[in-house]
Amino acid sequence: MTRPDPLLSVRNLKVSFDIRRKGSLPWTRPRQLKAVDGVSFDLYPGETLGIVGESGCGKSTLARAVISMIPARGGSAVWLGDTDILQARPEKLRLIRRDVQMIFQDPLASLNPRMTIREIIAEPLITHHPKTPKHQVTERVRQVMDRVGLLPNQINRYPHEFSGGQCQRIGIARALILEPKLIICDEPVSALDVSIQAQVINLLMDLQKEMGLSLIFIAHDLSVVRHISTRIMVLYLGNVCEVSPARELYDRPLHPYTRALIASVPIPDPEKERHKQTELLEGDLPSPMDPPSGCVFRTRCPRAQPLCAEQKPRIGDSLDGHAVACHFPLD
Amino acid sequence: MALLEVSDLRVSFDTLDGRVDAVNGVSFSVEAGETLGIVGESGSGKSQTVFALMGLLAQNGTASGSIRYDGREILNLPEPEMNRIRAEQIAMIFQDPMTSLNPYLRVSRQLTEVLMHHKGMSQRDALDESIRMLDAVRIPEARNRVHLYPHEFSGGMRQRVMIAMALLCKPRLLIADEPTTALDVTVQAQIMDLLKDLQQEFGTAILLITHDLGVIAGSCRNMLVLYGGRVMEYGATDDLFYRPSHPYTRGLLHAIPRIDHDGAQLATIPGNPPNMLNPPPGCPFEPRCDFATERCRTQAPPLEAMNDGRLRACLRAPEELA
Repeated sequence: MTRPDPLLSVRNLKVSFDIRRKGSLPWTRPRQLKAVDGVSFDLYPGETLGIVGESGCGKSTLARAVISMIPARGGSAVWLGDTDILQARPEKLRLIRRDVQMIFQDPLASLNPRMTIREIIAEPLITHHPKTPKHQVTERVRQVMDRVGLLPNQINRYPHEFSGGQCQRIGIARALILEPKLIICDEPVSALDVSIQAQVINLLMDLQKEMGLSLIFIAHDLSVVRHISTRIMVLYLGNVCEVSPARELYDRPLHPYTRALIASVPIPDPEKERHKQTELLEGDLPSPMDPPSGCVFRTRCPRAQPLCAEQKPRIGDSLDGHAVACHFPLD
Repeated sequence: MALLEVSDLRVSFDTLDGRVDAVNGVSFSVEAGETLGIVGESGSGKSQTVFALMGLLAQNGTASGSIRYDGREILNLPEPEMNRIRAEQIAMIFQDPMTSLNPYLRVSRQLTEVLMHHKGMSQRDALDESIRMLDAVRIPEARNRVHLYPHEFSGGMRQRVMIAMALLCKPRLLIADEPTTALDVTVQAQIMDLLKDLQQEFGTAILLITHDLGVIAGSCRNMLVLYGGRVMEYGATDDLFYRPSHPYTRGLLHAIPRIDHDGAQLATIPGNPPNMLNPPPGCPFEPRCDFATERCRTQAPPLEAMNDGRLRACLRAPEELA
């Protein structure tokens, strides 16, 4: 099977933050928190890559570093096969960012309360194409509002007049107005009610089909990710555990962490839930300031062996696109 | 006799924008040792129901109806008497453990305070009892960690501290308001597992409020579906999941993506939850309901019993909702 060229090709991406100890002397070297530790993936046109993991696993940091919103410490993120976003000059970066938009978790907090809906949605267009005539801007705003299911008479209202689900539609409209190639969705539905969540997921999937969008979909809700994603990447403490086509990941998880993660999601079916065999993960996520040696998951892994403490597992390649970073994968 | 019997509970608030009826005639009961799940979206009145129960309504709120605990009327009880019931009989855990624990006080102080105040224990006995309770909620090295501050615990551990604090006086009813919503799934599974074990050990009844139908499926025998401050459907969890008789319950069940199988398009409930400042005059779900008729717009459906014992509030017959 031949695949088209990837839209985005990320290799060995590293992000770390300097943490100064309280009361440390100014000339001492700060300690480093490795938020993302060597992540690689390809994103193809029209597909949805789901990124899952517990809080603090680096999923949001990864998404932000990919478009250079926070500086990376190493690695590359090649856009359309020619430009490394991480090394791009500011003018070039601006051009790329036209094609990459973002949707955030808290729909109300991500909208400026002092701007009207028209101003909010038009802002990316005015920033990137400042010469667009005013009537054209309004026309475009009306078009995208219609597309995401907002009414034309709402154009002069302010964000606080809208419910959470509608605010998220405004956020989506703002992301769409530049007709981007990639939208990064950072937990776009986790703040919404169940009935509204389904509306937003369906909207995103429809838009994707219609406009051929690629999505990077970050979420902690594994059921939502399964529903929307083509492929899924599981992160743990800044490391990739497993990458796999969506269905395959749930039917045949290879990494012990993936299996535990899937098993801990409650199923809305009383019979199944009562007879579910669960192996609960013991303990909490280790501190990212002081990650375990070797495999980062070994402290909570039921299958850990001495080898896991000595050697960090490398993520293997595989033909069917299902790769795992584990010395003793399940099967 | 049921441990807790709520009948025709109404809660309203006087706000600057007018009167808001948050809860409109909610009735349910909890037997000793059982778990009742309450599901509802934001604005459904689920939190205000339990706040009324605990006597924790905001200043501008008033509650009417009846709440009988162990046969005794506790709604609008004077503060000193309510204080005895809180913690000793009914305890509560909240969604966000960080904002419900006092960040300035060590955990030991916050736990022993409860026992010294309610049980009149000495500080030393209270500390020993607190450590035993932290052990019971499976906090490792409880003896050393009891003197830490809340921020020194992780989210899951903090929720365990909250649960320990709630159980210190061995209450017979525990109200859990979205206890796992702020937690990761792996930690959520640990906490739900812990609550089930503690329930077996202490025989505590649990009122579990959540929007996660998976959590309800796993731990509740009975469930109550609230919408717009009214009961939509109330009965055995299995009945409601496998044979939902109310359009809203059905809509909810179809709107959630499932981890156990692939679905095509998710079914959605169109529109938004009602604005409680200006609620629909008839059935609160009418504007979003596929089966609504003219009658639904003007007439609020009464809560009626079905053959299998569950209650539902819908003017259309269950057979008509195919």
